[in-house]
Amino acid sequence: MTTLVLVETDESGAVEVSRETLTFARGLGDEVHAIVVGDGPAGLVEQLGAYGATVVLHADGDAFTAYSAAAWAAAVVSAAGDHSVVMAAGTPRGMEVVAHVACRLDATMAANVVSAERDGDGLLVARQVLGGSAMEDMRLDGSVALLTVAGHAVEAKPADAAATPEVRPLDVAVSDADLRTRVVRTEAGEPDESGQLTSARVVVGAGRGAGSADGFKDLLELTDLLDNASLGVSRVVTSLGWRPHHEQVGQTGSRVSPDLYVACGISGAIQHWTGMSSSKTILAINTDPDAPMVTKAHYAVIGDLHEIVPAINEELRRRANG
Amino acid sequence: MTNVLVCIKRVPDLGGEISLTADGRSVDDSGLGHTISAHEEAAVELAITVAKDTGGEATVLTLGSDDAVEQLRNALALGCTAAIRIDADASAQGPADVARAIADVVREREAGGTTYDLVLLGSDASDTGDFQVGIRLAYALDRPVVTAVSTVSVQDGTVVARGAAPDGGSEVYELPMPAVVTVMEGGVEPRYPSIPGRMKAKKVAIEEAAPGFGAAGSGRLRLRLPEPAPSQVTILGEGPQAAAAVVDLFEKLGVTR
Ligand SMILES: Cc1cc2nc3c(=O)[nH]c(=O)nc-3n(C[C@H](O)[C@H](O)[C@H](O)COP(=O)(O)OP(=O)(O)OC[C@H]3O[C@@H](n4cnc5c(N)ncnc54)[C@H](O)[C@@H]3O)c2cc1C
Ligand SMILES: Nc1ncnc2c1ncn2[C@@H]1O[C@H](COP(=O)(O)O)[C@@H](O)[C@H]1O
Repeated sequence: MTTLVLVETDESGAVEVSRETLTFARGLGDEVHAIVVGDGPAGLVEQLGAYGATVVLHADGDAFTAYSAAAWAAAVVSAAGDHSVVMAAGTPRGMEVVAHVACRLDATMAANVVSAERDGDGLLVARQVLGGSAMEDMRLDGSVALLTVAGHAVEAKPADAAATPEVRPLDVAVSDADLRTRVVRTEAGEPDESGQLTSARVVVGAGRGAGSADGFKDLLELTDLLDNASLGVSRVVTSLGWRPHHEQVGQTGSRVSPDLYVACGISGAIQHWTGMSSSKTILAINTDPDAPMVTKAHYAVIGDLHEIVPAINEELRRRANG
Repeated sequence: MTNVLVCIKRVPDLGGEISLTADGRSVDDSGLGHTISAHEEAAVELAITVAKDTGGEATVLTLGSDDAVEQLRNALALGCTAAIRIDADASAQGPADVARAIADVVREREAGGTTYDLVLLGSDASDTGDFQVGIRLAYALDRPVVTAVSTVSVQDGTVVARGAAPDGGSEVYELPMPAVVTVMEGGVEPRYPSIPGRMKAKKVAIEEAAPGFGAAGSGRLRLRLPEPAPSQVTILGEGPQAAAAVVDLFEKLGVTR
């Protein structure tokens, strides 16, 4: 039995959530194959080998120069035959491609899986539902189990012994219908959009406690005073138009796992918590000592962020100059 | 003139603590209010805008119990002009069942002379998070589908949809109608209902339909609530006096410049 993992890439290789998915796949104990669609960056095959992939299936050609979920699904389906499990990261791309595959193979799909084990011929999975506030146990039967892995369900770790993958080109039949939904153009984002947030070492989080669109000055200054720090915000903040959506952390925003998350004036609703709970250290600054963010944090300061954050900035500047 | 169908799901409005029903299969929503997901709020907003801009109509649909009429009326108050309820227990249906039931309604209406040129849904429901109904519906109807976009408009008979690209930029799709599009929140600000809108909504007759097949279900065995972790918080202090302790922590973690 083998597991097939759909890998998403950027200029540097397999993206973190795809590396998490490869790590997750190894946990099933079966052989792991990776599938890459379109051009891959240099060094990708070696990296996939380091994560334990023994075979890299590659779908390349004109059909894949611009993204189309249906075309990607055609590629996965052409490779799915010999695999008992097909999985991708729980990103919008991963979700939609696996859902297309589910339709083409007439199979069940489990989204946002955090653990999986074999159960006879089937797969028993636990997945996040209700925005992370509950788990659902679900059984996947049938000849192929399809799933997506929730972000940060496992930590991305290379295999104990790296494999030297065999690269197999795939011959994919892509229909005209599959190409109806290609991306017709892309536009670059502002240079500091969410990429910087997800790779930051420190995220200074800000919620309704910031008070207004003008309430972020001290918080932004704090990000300047810390090493590789970015501002992240709660949905209340983006809904009120205080800050742009790409700064949102949580279920419907970015998932971050920095070394330090400083949650300022954020209550810690589950939908926010899901997006930052894997931060190594969490410091909460909140007027309410009973706020969930405070009780779940490692460290907390109780009080008004508009007094505390300027005092922290002052102390940082004092020590930097002293 | 674009006729739009927008599909919404009644879900419990989760605040703090949640509890499960005795059989462990669903959330005990007896003490909770109900809502639709933020993605569907955005889809409703886009449906109304597209219909208005093109001189078409926006119809709202849900598969759910009688209680779900509340969510249909809310969408009518915002500017949808017709509402359909497929009478079924949503919690007993898997995403393939829901898609099939919606597809049957779309086909039946088509046979009666009403086409839905554009069907909008949320990218994923806020309870199950399956991310599938829109895609399965598109396959059932043999229509093109794009998912998780944040804005949708119709220009010269073509659907133009824009969503976030994985690298932080945006990507644009253009698809022929009829089409299915799933929406993720963030691209539009949902409007509020007006008082005349609410009055009008009360008078609209909700059309009813029933699924013509038995549900296969979703494969759900049970729900579990994660154990709440015991609080291990270290309080560094109160107010601005805690600044020194905070900066000590920053230095210990090595995150200062
Ligand atoms: C389907 C769905 C998806 C969602 N997705 C997300 C998501 O991706 N991200 C997200 O963040 N939310 C999301 N939410 C919303 C989430 O449920 C909460 O409503 C939101 O996170 C609350 O934001 P908040 O903590 O800023 O505001 P509040 O809950 O209002 O909390 C404000 C906090 O600030 C404290 N405070 C107030 N004034 C001060 C002050 N001067 N100094 C210090 N502390 C102060 C208060 O004690 C309180 O704890 C989602 C909800 C749903 C239903
Ligand atoms: N019972 C339902 N009635 C109407 N629409 C639904 C229902 N369930 C799901 N949907 C739609 O399908 C989208 C995706 O749902 P899901 O695939 O279950 O995550 C939702 O955001 C809704 O727009």
